[in-house]
Amino acid sequence: MVAAMSNSASNSAAVAASSWVTTFLERLPAPAGELEAVQWRGREALSRQPLPTRRQEDWRFTDLAPLTALTPALAPAGEQGSWPEPAAGAVRLWLDAPGDPLAGQSLPAGISLLGADEVQQALGHTLAACNCEQHWPVELNQASAPRVLALRVSAVVAPILELVSQAAGDGVMRPVRVLLLLEEKASLEVLQVQLGSGSSLTSLVIEAHLGRESTLRHGLLALGESPACFLGHLAVEQEPRSLLESVWASHGWALSRFEPRVVQVDGEATTSLKALQLADGQQLADTHSRVEFRGPEGQLDQLHKAIADDRGRSVFNGAVKVPRAAQRTNASQLSRNLLLSNQARIDTKPELEIVADDVRCAHGATVSRLQTDELFYLQSRGLSAAVAAGLLKRGFCEEVLRALPAAAAAWRPLQRLLGEA
Amino acid sequence: MIRPDADTLLEIVDLQARVEDKPILKGVNLTIKAGEIHAVMGRNGSGKSTLSKVLAGHPAYTVTGGSVLYRGANLLDLEPEQRARLGLFLGFQYPVEIPGVSNLEFLRVSTNARRGEKGEEELDTFAFEDLVRERLQVVQMDPAFLERSVNEGFSGGEKKRNEILQMALLDPLVAILDETDSGLDIDALRIVAGGVNHLASPDNATLLITHYQRLLDVITPDYVHVMAGGRILRTGGKELALELEDRGYDWVDQELAVLEVA
Ligand SMILES: Nc1ncnc2c1ncn2[C@@H]1O[C@H](COP(=O)(O)OP(=O)(O)OP(=O)(O)O)[C@@H](O)[C@H]1O
Ligand SMILES: [Mg+2]
Repeated sequence: MVAAMSNSASNSAAVAASSWVTTFLERLPAPAGELEAVQWRGREALSRQPLPTRRQEDWRFTDLAPLTALTPALAPAGEQGSWPEPAAGAVRLWLDAPGDPLAGQSLPAGISLLGADEVQQALGHTLAACNCEQHWPVELNQASAPRVLALRVSAVVAPILELVSQAAGDGVMRPVRVLLLLEEKASLEVLQVQLGSGSSLTSLVIEAHLGRESTLRHGLLALGESPACFLGHLAVEQEPRSLLESVWASHGWALSRFEPRVVQVDGEATTSLKALQLADGQQLADTHSRVEFRGPEGQLDQLHKAIADDRGRSVFNGAVKVPRAAQRTNASQLSRNLLLSNQARIDTKPELEIVADDVRCAHGATVSRLQTDELFYLQSRGLSAAVAAGLLKRGFCEEVLRALPAAAAAWRPLQRLLGEA
Repeated sequence: MIRPDADTLLEIVDLQARVEDKPILKGVNLTIKAGEIHAVMGRNGSGKSTLSKVLAGHPAYTVTGGSVLYRGANLLDLEPEQRARLGLFLGFQYPVEIPGVSNLEFLRVSTNARRGEKGEEELDTFAFEDLVRERLQVVQMDPAFLERSVNEGFSGGEKKRNEILQMALLDPLVAILDETDSGLDIDALRIVAGGVNHLASPDNATLLITHYQRLLDVITPDYVHVMAGGRILRTGGKELALELEDRGYDWVDQELAVLEVA
């Protein structure tokens, strides 16, 4: 009886989902521009590929209802919000600018734009290497993104590159696509700020190829306001002795799903992933990460933190693949969660696939409340229970936030994440 | 300093408390007046820390009987933060580490909470830095500790100094120092004891919980209490501590046994 009911419920959900895609595709303008071919392929794929459902292992905890409640259409160009001035030493690019986001801007020394041929050749390469070019959220982006910010980094770039995009207003779809090619020994620090409000949908796909001994520090600050939704994808290929430091913090989206996928093509690289996601109200915050070592002596240091309050829900799935070729891999993954209400929910799962025998892989997950002894210590110094709890929450967030690029401070991430701004 | 006409700051009468279903305090009586220094000694597990935490308002303990008056008001009705703002200070036996919370910020917020209660203006970051730098000297602490997270990675002795720094900032009326001397090296003990002596005045009072005469050599108590089985079994002057040092606790156990049979 129960089974029959849920079956018919999911059937009608499937119908609704497929009509959502149909409507979405119908509302898109005809394919055009530098990504015309990609748009054709993406639309083709979307029309054949059903919306993910919770019957798929990867989407088991992630209900797409907040997404299908939206009726997004491409917005021609965005509007600039009342944003803080870029921090000293940061160069800001506004990705939704009408026309060319680079107009009137000179790129910092060491960065150049890729030519059309190069884009053609490179775009999608890393997605394919990371096995996610046919992933539904990626196809959604490919179907709709009108352009790509494609940069070659050939030296150590001193300024922080700040990329800002905002989806404001009802029914707005904001697809953002970025391609970064770091040559040998090049180094770049990027702060990406994604803002979303109203019933808007943000879709982000970043591809980065890190040449030997190059360094990419990538910070993503994704600040939404329900009912806005966010789907993000970061695909990175790392050559030996390259360093990736990815830090991501999100709050406020009705639904956010971030999927960092890293491949160390010949091992011997260093990957650091740090994340903080907050879910309160009815929000769902989901991170699915995957790191794959295709050669020996790779390093991974991963920290995923989440706070779930009210009826919020946090999901973390961290896959780490260590095949036979990846001897002497050293990987650690830690998932730390704060559960602040009885109705909130946290699902956290490491997913280690280790075939090589000579490896060190540590992983751990904790879910806890605010600690009574910590609260009491603060209260015994005159802090009210609410202030004490706020300080402890801030302390919990700080570990990740202080790893964001320095330019992030201007956006006051802590205050925004904790809803104090 | 004992003065018959001094104000009574803390009056504990027949205090009983339990944790979960386990009775721990079984009728504690203790009166503390302004200007006095009291020492509480007693075997491990006799209930000394429990007494201090009950007074500070730790939620794990349930008071099942008795009363505590703090400057004439019912202390047990107050939230822990109100007790602190009114000048009750507990130096923890095991100070808690709070990762990610800056020590400086924490000290400033707590100092301002206490100042507000005293009707003094709140200090902004700059004014507070001046104050804290001055008070650091009381415990001869390196300013570098201000930049770190509260107690995180502090050595045992550093944590205890941080407690006394807090005491110096909060300017309490009744300070309960739970084994602040444990884990201190000889120099640190002298510094911390010097700090406590420096902060003691005719208007405030100190309750030292300790196992060691060496602390009482530098801070002379007016009263020494011996705790056993959740009560104060005997009270005397500073010579009582010397007697304990000499004879150990066996005689206390015997007295307690007589009491528990009766
Ligand atoms: N939260 C608690 N849960 C369970 N038992 C407790 C708790 N707090 C105290 N107790 C018990 O109460 C008794 C008194 O403990 P307390 O910490 O007050 O002793 P103490 O006199 O401070 O000892 P020490 O000299 O070792 O510090 C002990 O038997 C202890 O195990
Ligand atoms: Mg104790």
